[in-house]
Amino acid sequence: MDNIAGSKSSLTWAVHISVVALVLLWLFPTLGLFVSSFRTADQISSSGWWKSMFPQEQNLTLRSADPDDEGAQVLRDGVYVVEGNLFVQAGADVGASEAEISVWGTSSREISTYVPGDTAVLKDGETMTVQVNGDYVWTGEAQMSGRGQRAFVTAVTPPEFTLDNYRNVLFDENNREGMAKAFFNTLTVTIPATIIPILIAAFAAYALAWMDFPGRALLVAFVVALLVVPLQLALIPLLKLHNDIGIGKGYLGVWLAHTGFGLPLAIYLLRNYMVGLPRDIIENARVDGATDFQIFTKIILPLSFPALASFAIFQFLWTWNDLLVSLVFLIDSTGETTVMTKQIVELLGTRGGNWEILATSAFVSISVPLIVFFTMQRYLVRGLLAGSVK
Amino acid sequence: MQPALLGLFTIIVGVGGCIGYFYFSNIFLDKVLFPAKGVNAGRNINRANMIRPWLFLAPALLALSLYLAYPVFATLWYSVTDRDQGNAFVGLANYRQMFDDPKFWEALRNNMLWLIIVPAASTAFGLLAAQLTDRIKWGSIAKSLIFMPMAISFVGAAVIFKLIYDTRPVDSNQIGVLNAVWLQFNGGAGSALLLRIMPALLLGAFGALVGFAGLTMARRLISPGHVHPTAPMKVLIAFGVLVSAVLVFLVLRGIFGIATFSFPYGVPQTWLTIPLWNSIFLMVVLVWIQTGFAMVILSAALRGIPEETIEAAIVDGANPFQVFFKIKMPQIAGTIVVVWTTITIVVLKVFDIVFAMTNGQWETQVLANYMYDKLFRANDWGVGSAGAMVIMLLVTPILVWNVYNARKEMR
Repeated sequence: MDNIAGSKSSLTWAVHISVVALVLLWLFPTLGLFVSSFRTADQISSSGWWKSMFPQEQNLTLRSADPDDEGAQVLRDGVYVVEGNLFVQAGADVGASEAEISVWGTSSREISTYVPGDTAVLKDGETMTVQVNGDYVWTGEAQMSGRGQRAFVTAVTPPEFTLDNYRNVLFDENNREGMAKAFFNTLTVTIPATIIPILIAAFAAYALAWMDFPGRALLVAFVVALLVVPLQLALIPLLKLHNDIGIGKGYLGVWLAHTGFGLPLAIYLLRNYMVGLPRDIIENARVDGATDFQIFTKIILPLSFPALASFAIFQFLWTWNDLLVSLVFLIDSTGETTVMTKQIVELLGTRGGNWEILATSAFVSISVPLIVFFTMQRYLVRGLLAGSVK
Repeated sequence: MQPALLGLFTIIVGVGGCIGYFYFSNIFLDKVLFPAKGVNAGRNINRANMIRPWLFLAPALLALSLYLAYPVFATLWYSVTDRDQGNAFVGLANYRQMFDDPKFWEALRNNMLWLIIVPAASTAFGLLAAQLTDRIKWGSIAKSLIFMPMAISFVGAAVIFKLIYDTRPVDSNQIGVLNAVWLQFNGGAGSALLLRIMPALLLGAFGALVGFAGLTMARRLISPGHVHPTAPMKVLIAFGVLVSAVLVFLVLRGIFGIATFSFPYGVPQTWLTIPLWNSIFLMVVLVWIQTGFAMVILSAALRGIPEETIEAAIVDGANPFQVFFKIKMPQIAGTIVVVWTTITIVVLKVFDIVFAMTNGQWETQVLANYMYDKLFRANDWGVGSAGAMVIMLLVTPILVWNVYNARKEMR
């Protein structure tokens, strides 16, 4: 459409820039979560994630070695000396080797009193010297005891990322807030809730598309009407029903509920697709003596694969991402059957400030739909175009 | 992994049961009930073919009736009974109690704001994205990136945006993007341009558009010309004029507000606790998710426009804006309505975002969350069901419209 008479090439670069801006704007939020899930708690709370790609200035509280440790303290020329490197002491996660200290101090109120190389005079005649690379010398006239001397340094550290958050959230057996169990629970909810409605809907859609019987138009209208009924209405009556017939809260209930709620879209999508299949094939099969059941399984079902795939993706995304239905029909007071969305909402309440946990948990739950989305996007778009009444 | 085994078992039983049901019920129909042989062969085949559709439909109809149709009536019944009085009929008492609750009106007001802003913004951004990406080579990549949030759960999106809206004390580094950007403003010329003049201009443009539409409608009402609108049409037009007048008034007040408001420069804001604005920040999340949907549908519609119409317009000397607004827009108007109503339904059901981000605090309540609150926290089924019925009532016009269209298509 752009290379017809009258279009101006001078506008093309403006279009490119606008699209880049739009894409970045839309990508930026997710990217923030993704990057944050690879940073440590300290890094997240001390600087915005967008700075994580560059070396950054961080305020760190570091400690020298404890003087009571075996061999840490030596007597040299009449003074007791503790030597070492602050970053090495703090462990590797600060970016030990390449960090550079710009200023430092010995009290939390004055963190920028000294520059590297200065010697700070502490109480009881103790002194401390810190170098640019974090090497320190801590001396005292009397023998020192207790914990190591604290140093408040402002250091420029190189960018650094870690997989610890994922290890903690996914593979730590002792982590009660971990996502491993919730992940499997979500999977347990999702797979039957995706497969069963497809099967039921496919038969119904075939009947509505290719079988002639009185009341067919009315039934199609019925399905279209149910497409928009908010599932909020169904919560109490169905919960009561499930309790009355003894299902209670549990997987069976949530599977049934997802099946019921997914059916209108499934029938609508599949029927619209099946109506468009060529009439000749079906009539030829009929003439050759095929029964409806054979026509359905041997001809319609294989030909409808694109529509089946579209709906499967819809239903998968919807059940995977769902919170309300699981909250009402699945999760009981023991919390054994919690799903990921519920787990994340709970973390938002109890760990609102711990972004490393939140970001990682959220990304674990998002990653599967994203993979499905990028691999099967074709079918998703086709389904959207076919069923955009919902 | 006991639940996983149960899941596997359910898949096998469910799938096997379904196939078994369809297979054996068909065999039963053809071989036992109405066998296609003997003296009555012809009659039997006809009879079997009359029953067969219902065999195919039975499981679906049962599930649909039980899980969607029945609850509508059951909820209606719960909304006029009181559980504490042994499910006695109490008339409209629950509704009266709900109408006396200021939280309900807050939820309704917020829902109305959601209903106006989210579909409008998503459709507008979607149209913009569709129009722009259709013109470039790497458009499909751009599209799939803008479309991506569709796959992200509302809860996941809530976490993503909570990080954006995060607030730290004044003297520490801000880790929320919004506050980091906010602290760049200092009240100088740049701030005035971005925070006062630009929004005022945008709002003014929107107001002018609405005002123009209102005036056009008013003129049609006063001097109908050669087309005489029918009485219900007149009421509809009058309503439209009224709505546009109110909107123009709101826009003017908004512009005045922007001009006179004193911004708290240099102070990090806790965005989700500022009434009214926090609702808008929550809406941003849904707009972010739904824009991709609008874009995909509208992009398909834009591609479906016959090129001759555009070429003819260009040959006649139309500029790009005229081509877009006078040639393309009228041809995709139907699709825009579909997108708009689809997003409207999503908005009416919006629950997870509010539940996860503010849980209705700081005046961000919406109907779906209000209803959930009443049903499962206050354990008041009567008022909760009444709230659900209000959502149903708001959905009904769209339901009727969809059914009407579907029936028209079937003919």
